[in-house]
Amino acid sequence: MADHPPVFHTQGLSIGYETESGLLGAVRDATLSIAEKECFGLVGESGSGKTTLAMGAIGYLSGNGRVTAGFSRLRDQQLTGLSRRRMRRIWGSRIGMVYQNPSTALNPSMRIGGQLAEIARRHLGLSRVEAGRKARDMLARVAMPDPESVLRRYPHQLSGGMLQRSVIAMALITDPELLILDEPTTALDVTTQAVVLDLVLRLKRQFDSSILYITHDLAVVSKLCDRVGVMYAGEFCEQADMRTLYKRPLHPYTLSLLGCVPRFEREAGKRLLTSIPGMIPRLDELPQGCVFAPRCAFVREECTIRRPPLVEVQPGHFSACIRWSELPTAAEYARAAQVIPPHPEERREVLRIQDLKKSYPAVERLFGVAGGEQRTVKAVDGVTLWVRQGNTLGVVGESGCGKTTMLRAVIGLAPKSSGEITLGGAGLDPGVAERPRSILKKMQMVFQNPEASLNPRHTVGRAIGRPLSLLSAVPRGELKSRVLALLRAVNLSESYYHRLPEELSGGEKQRVAIARAFAADPEVILLDEPLSSLDVSVQASLVNLLTELQEKNGVSYLFISHDLAAVQHLSHWIAVMYLGALMEWGDAAEVFAPPYHPYTEALLSAIPVADPDVVQRPLRLEGNVPSALNVPGGCRFHTRCPRKLGRICETQTPPWREGKNNHQIYCHIPLDELARLQAEKPE
Amino acid sequence: MISYIARRLGLVLLTLLISSVLIFVVTQILPGDVAKAILGRFATPEALQGLRAKLGLDRSLPMQYGSWLVHYVQGDWGVSLSTGEPVLNLVAARLRNSGMLALVAFVMYVPLGILLGLLAALRRNKAADQIISIASLAFIGLPEFVTGVVLIAVFALKLNWLPASSAITPEAGLLEALPRLILPGITVSLVSLAYITRMTRSATVEVLSTDYVRSAYLKGLHPARVLFTHVLRNSLLPTVTVIAIGIGWLIGGLIVTESLFSYPGLGRLLLFAIQRRDIPLLQAITLLLVIVFSVSNLLADLLYAVLNPRIRYN
Repeated sequence: MADHPPVFHTQGLSIGYETESGLLGAVRDATLSIAEKECFGLVGESGSGKTTLAMGAIGYLSGNGRVTAGFSRLRDQQLTGLSRRRMRRIWGSRIGMVYQNPSTALNPSMRIGGQLAEIARRHLGLSRVEAGRKARDMLARVAMPDPESVLRRYPHQLSGGMLQRSVIAMALITDPELLILDEPTTALDVTTQAVVLDLVLRLKRQFDSSILYITHDLAVVSKLCDRVGVMYAGEFCEQADMRTLYKRPLHPYTLSLLGCVPRFEREAGKRLLTSIPGMIPRLDELPQGCVFAPRCAFVREECTIRRPPLVEVQPGHFSACIRWSELPTAAEYARAAQVIPPHPEERREVLRIQDLKKSYPAVERLFGVAGGEQRTVKAVDGVTLWVRQGNTLGVVGESGCGKTTMLRAVIGLAPKSSGEITLGGAGLDPGVAERPRSILKKMQMVFQNPEASLNPRHTVGRAIGRPLSLLSAVPRGELKSRVLALLRAVNLSESYYHRLPEELSGGEKQRVAIARAFAADPEVILLDEPLSSLDVSVQASLVNLLTELQEKNGVSYLFISHDLAAVQHLSHWIAVMYLGALMEWGDAAEVFAPPYHPYTEALLSAIPVADPDVVQRPLRLEGNVPSALNVPGGCRFHTRCPRKLGRICETQTPPWREGKNNHQIYCHIPLDELARLQAEKPE
Repeated sequence: MISYIARRLGLVLLTLLISSVLIFVVTQILPGDVAKAILGRFATPEALQGLRAKLGLDRSLPMQYGSWLVHYVQGDWGVSLSTGEPVLNLVAARLRNSGMLALVAFVMYVPLGILLGLLAALRRNKAADQIISIASLAFIGLPEFVTGVVLIAVFALKLNWLPASSAITPEAGLLEALPRLILPGITVSLVSLAYITRMTRSATVEVLSTDYVRSAYLKGLHPARVLFTHVLRNSLLPTVTVIAIGIGWLIGGLIVTESLFSYPGLGRLLLFAIQRRDIPLLQAITLLLVIVFSVSNLLADLLYAVLNPRIRYN
């Protein structure tokens, strides 16, 4: 690094926001260097200042933000303090940007071709025709199918993966020296994420750009980056070579962050994650000493007195921890977490879903007068599942696979079209309004978005108290003490009783929602992606909370998520769903071990594992889930199946093949054949 | 796209049909007998009976409605009860005058409203924005008869720049009438101007904060290019709807403004028809206003679809 000057460099960069309560330092004393063709991963949770750092470094801050100290430099060109006019010659030309959400990053009323070409015309001085040709070539280079027609399309006509490919093509069209990717796969499905990550990896080799990759996802970083910088509350706490950082992190925050990521483990029982207590401090309430000290498991008195600077503790390895030499390795740290032993005995069945179907009519006609055939969206198309007492059944699948609709049909919010739902042996009415309170009490739900599922005008106490008085007929006098007990159970202090949802963080709101679900002492709780909108460390503490509450109360969970690692971590049983139907289901250990259904196999190879040494099979699913209006015949997965046999998959419905421990796979390929195919080592 | 247009067109026709029924029923149940109104209080029962038969008033209500609608569609709008002239001729001359006034108003307020809205959005929370926002709120609250009277008092009576009365001769052309159209034009414009300004401002503020505008800036484009190719196209979409609905406002505003300025337009004719219980004239004008309103809304929908690819391609 010393022989070649860095392509991009910030030195002691500090960025502040002018607010009513004074200047808030969102980024403080940030130094980083990105070498020629290097990919630098900028990692942090929300509020860590990683996007602010990148935007401030390239001179694009919103009205009240400004650089308060330090500078940034692109090769010899100082960027800090440069006029807007001169910056405009650098943005889009020497610096390319790719954003988190491709569907909002593109102008909805402009064709893709025009949006690509305008950069080429502005910076490369090309004519309209030349720029159009350049745009097409660029789309071809990012492996866009049918680039010619994509040029003429509008953003809403493309899928998320194709949109992100267009944005990447747009960023690379001028062959920039620095490419900034800001959470480019966060808004995408796992399978699409895998395709986009492959693309970034390939482009990294083909283009000369250095890359600044901003993300909260440590797993993604381990697949892509050469060097990693971890940010916390506006400061770098550690910077190192990627492998070193994963194997031997020298800052407690990095260590805990790695411990928060659920891993695929084959061990008996459930290991708790090493969650981080507390929350990221507010910018106006930063602690005097080390910013991480209040949440640190290795804190000492001297940590709270003076803020430690980022220093090079080993060659190329920077840490801002004074106790760096005493920290355990990542593996030792993870092993220290508590393990909940498995329950060997066979549990009784509490909830059963038999041949459940939910369809919607797809009519958009004048006054409901249908002209033409009536079409139906088969959101859930014949699902049979059961949940055992004290166990968790996890359901995974891409968005649009019908898992949320299934959950809503079970709880009665979207009344089923046909099939049976039995709870403790008794059949349930389709709609929630028709169900007696004794049934409602037995089944509760936690929703995906805690912001929307709590009434903003009800205090926490009232939100949790309502199911208690309504469903459990708790007398008024006892109500408060019962609510306080529930608050303690979800690790919230009693002071939360009188608070309103707006005073809580996302994770705290979800804790309140979980307490509310537990209030009626239900037998089954339906969990609708309860972790997906939360930060990694918050996710970890909620996963632990759910595990502990289950252990204590013997409640059963029906948990749906697109996050396979979280599902694997939490579930005893797993079902894999595709386009409204199950593809595979069985014991958690069996489902995520070969033989897999080809869809499960593709999902597993798509999620990045947070370990640079794990080589994953490059099995990719192209395209989108087909519309539930037109479910493909035969095996519904055949249009995307990487192991498709031929005609038989298109014409005949596959058989359910039975493996060990009730493991079932819905495929034409025999299990031993699948096992043999999947045992082949990835090259 | 074609099915979209067909659907919109179907809806417009249905609206017109329902309105025509409403207009017919309401004017029929108005107190007073048409025949009596024509012949006066001292008419003999035989004469009344004869006139009713001649006017077709002895038939059942659905029959009367049917023949009225058929004649209306064919362009036979009947004869005014109070003047004896064919309704179509009366209405056509007044429609032309109101059209001139509306055109003058439209040309003044649409570009100005968009411009002020843009200015406010680009100078958000600065002095220009505050002034524009407060002024537009104030104008939304002021009725035409107040602004009209103030305008007359200042520009006609005090400064003597423009005429106070806008009574024009029936054959006056647009250029000839123009000086007399400015004050009433401003009067009917103010409310619509304020609405357009506010809508443009809020839509532009929203678009300016979108990710795609940020990407446009970070492409290194000139701010003017960002504004014209990335902001305006999206931020003017909701304004188009407001402009079309504003045409309805314009027509409603005409009644007051035309009376105030003694301008011989459709609004004053409507007032006249109501005062004289001139049922055929009243029915013809009301249905005409519904047609104008529906067609302008249809145009807005189509324009919106043309500007918005998400509708065009679905």
